[in-house]
Order: sequence, then C-alpha cells, then structure tokens
Amino acid sequence: MNYVFQFGEVFDAWPELLLGAWLTIRLSAMAMAIGLMVAILCALGKTGGPRPVRWLVDVYVEVVRNTPFLVQIFLIFFGLPRMGIRLDANEAALLAMVVNVGAYATEIVRAGIETIHKGQIEAGLALGLKPIQVFAYVVIFPALKAIYPSLTSQFILLMLTSSVVSAISAEELTAIANNLQSQTFRSFEIYIVVTAMYLAMSLMFAAAFELIYRAVFARSDAAR
Amino acid sequence: MIRQFTSAEFLFLLMAVRWTLLLSAIAFVGGALGGVLVALARTSPYAWLRAVAGTYIQIFQGTPLLMQLFLVFFGATMLGGGIDPLTAAAIGLTLNGAAFLGEIWRGCIQAIPKGQWEASTALGLHYVTRMREIILPQAAKIAVAPTVGFLVLLVKSTSLASIIGFVELTRAGQIVNNATFRPFLVFGIVAAIYFVLCWPLSLYSRHLEKKFGTVSR
Repeated sequence: MNYVFQFGEVFDAWPELLLGAWLTIRLSAMAMAIGLMVAILCALGKTGGPRPVRWLVDVYVEVVRNTPFLVQIFLIFFGLPRMGIRLDANEAALLAMVVNVGAYATEIVRAGIETIHKGQIEAGLALGLKPIQVFAYVVIFPALKAIYPSLTSQFILLMLTSSVVSAISAEELTAIANNLQSQTFRSFEIYIVVTAMYLAMSLMFAAAFELIYRAVFARSDAAR
Repeated sequence: MIRQFTSAEFLFLLMAVRWTLLLSAIAFVGGALGGVLVALARTSPYAWLRAVAGTYIQIFQGTPLLMQLFLVFFGATMLGGGIDPLTAAAIGLTLNGAAFLGEIWRGCIQAIPKGQWEASTALGLHYVTRMREIILPQAAKIAVAPTVGFLVLLVKSTSLASIIGFVELTRAGQIVNNATFRPFLVFGIVAAIYFVLCWPLSLYSRHLEKKFGTVSR
C-alpha cells in the first residue's frame, strides 16, 4: 500500500464540520424532545384510549418499526410536497426523525406505564391529588425512570441514524462530509474524522443523559 | 420524459427484493459467525480479550452504520483495489452485525445462572466442553427471540447500501421514482414490501419472547 494520508484539507474544513455536528446535535435533541411527547401521548392512547385510538397507535408503531428510516425520509421529503406541504431538507429531516423515534419510544414508554400498578393511581386519587397530578407524579415520572436506560439508548441510536438524512441533503454532519468529499476526494480521511466525531457525540449524549438522570430522578431514590 | 408507473416498474421493484434478501442473508451469516467470537471474547476469562471485544462493540454501536459503510467502501478503494458496492455493503453489515449480535449473545450467556458455571467447573469440564455442552445450549434458547428481532433491524439496514450505490429495493425505488415522479406511490410500495418482509419477523420475535422470555432455571 503506497497511500499517503493527508488530513490537511480535512482540518482546514474544521469550522464547517463543527457547524454540521452542531446541526446534528440540535436536530437530534429536538427530535428526542418532540418524539418523547409524541411517545407519551401515543403510549397513553395505547394503554387507556378507546379502541380506534389503540388501533391507530398500533398501526403507527408497527409501520414505522418495520420499514427503513431511509424510505420514511423519502416518503416525507418527496411525497409531502405532492400534497402541498413544502418542507426544506432540514425540516423534512426533523419530521422524519420525530416520526421515527416517536414510534420506538412509544413501545418503551408503554412498557414503563405498564409497570405502574393500578393501586398506585387509586391511592393518588384517594390522597386528593388532581388527575393531572396523578398523571405526572404517579404515572409518567416513575414510568420514565423505570425505562430511562432503554429510552436513552434509543435516543443515541437516533442521533447516529440521523446521518442517513444526508441522503436528502440536510446540512448535518454527514452531508457536510459528503460535500467536502466531492471537493477534496480525501474520502477516507474525511469519513474517519467524521466517524470519530460521531463517536464523541454519542459519548457526550450518554454523559448528558447521566447528568439529567442525576438531576431529575436520582433525588427520588434518596427520598425513599 | 416522464414514464408511467406500470406493472413493469412494479416488477422491477419486486425483482430488486432478491438483492435485499441476498445482502441480508450474507450479512446475517457473517454477522453471526463474528458475533459468536465477539460474545465469547466478551465473556472470556481473560481481561484483555474482554476489553478488546468491548472496544469493538463500543466503536460499532457508537458510530453510524452509514459511516461504517463509507469507510469500508472508500477504505478498499484507498488500499488500491476497487470494491463493488455489494461486497462493501456485505463487509460493513457483517462487521456491524457482529458487534450487535455479540452484545445480544453476551447478555444471553451471562443470563445463565452462576451455579451452572460453578457446577460445570466443579465437574472438571474443560472450557470448550463447558461452553458447548452446558452454557451455550441454554443461552441459545433465550437468544432466539432477540436474534430474530435483530434480523428485522438488519433487513431495514440493508437499505443504506443504496447510498453507496448498490441497487437493492430502496435504490430501485429511487430509480423508478426518478423516472415516474410518483414518490408516494413508489416509496409507498417500497415501504409496503419492507413491511411484508419485516412484520412477520417482528411478530415471531414477540411470540418467542413470550414463550422463552424468562430465563429458565
């Protein structure tokens, strides 16, 4: 092998790469937050909703979980404009990520809600808590705590999967890398650096989730 | 010129499924072979071997599959020899699958109660005999459900091979869409085909989970 590695051009493009990474982080964080809300709503619909709602949630979850993310992006990015809904690449990417992570998180949150005993809810109501308080403190809070590890690994998986949105030229890290690749032809150098950046980001998200756990949930351990 | 979406286009999509299936099959066999090694290394008595396997899993689960495919594809080109997209995708998915299956199977091996290990050691069974006769048969039983679940992930993952230019189902969908400009119809059909492939596997995995869900003593 007489290949000479040249990282110079990759590091010249460092500001662009950082900007791309920042968009990846922002897109992922927004998709996680909105996706979690979607998941909580769907999980409630699935556990306590009327039959048509339960059925709709089932269809949503099964369809998303059994089709590739890439095809979902294409449907949203190329399909929605045909229905008169114009989205730019970044918006389409966010929407696809929310739809995708929402379905996976629904299953996880539902499992969490099912760990809450009926008696807990009755006890909460008997203590004079309002239904919304019972929902927040007795159902959702302990449910999220119980499923926190699976939920956060699903979120990290989402961040990694977001590289696929480069296929519709959203301007996140992978798309920046692709542009750089076509200008400099230093493919291997670029992708090895970008891969390392993703690894750093997944470690960073894991650390952030650990901090959030300590700030939000760990106190309820001590109170016991 | 815009082509109509006719039965010929539909047939083109259906025929592309075989490449999706072929790639899934190659990656599953390759990933399973690698996964056994990773799982055994992860549970081995040697600390350094566990560390090597742990790093391997961390790298492949901590980076995007798309990047891994790019690195195999461009890495092979850099090494001098070109590589066709199918081979690149098969290698990338195999390496990735080995990490995921290795991690799944590690969990299954470690789920076998300690007493089984101690008893087989006390009986004087050698490592190979102990694994082959005592531990792995029990681990295999609980491994079936998550392994089938992984197969669903794998079939969906093969769609990324389209990005490095391998014409499987998703790439075929893009080609047909570029000619017919019927994105909803084309990608709807593509999604439906993936669904038909994956859903039975998902249901089967869930069924197995109920059957073997708990670790038997």
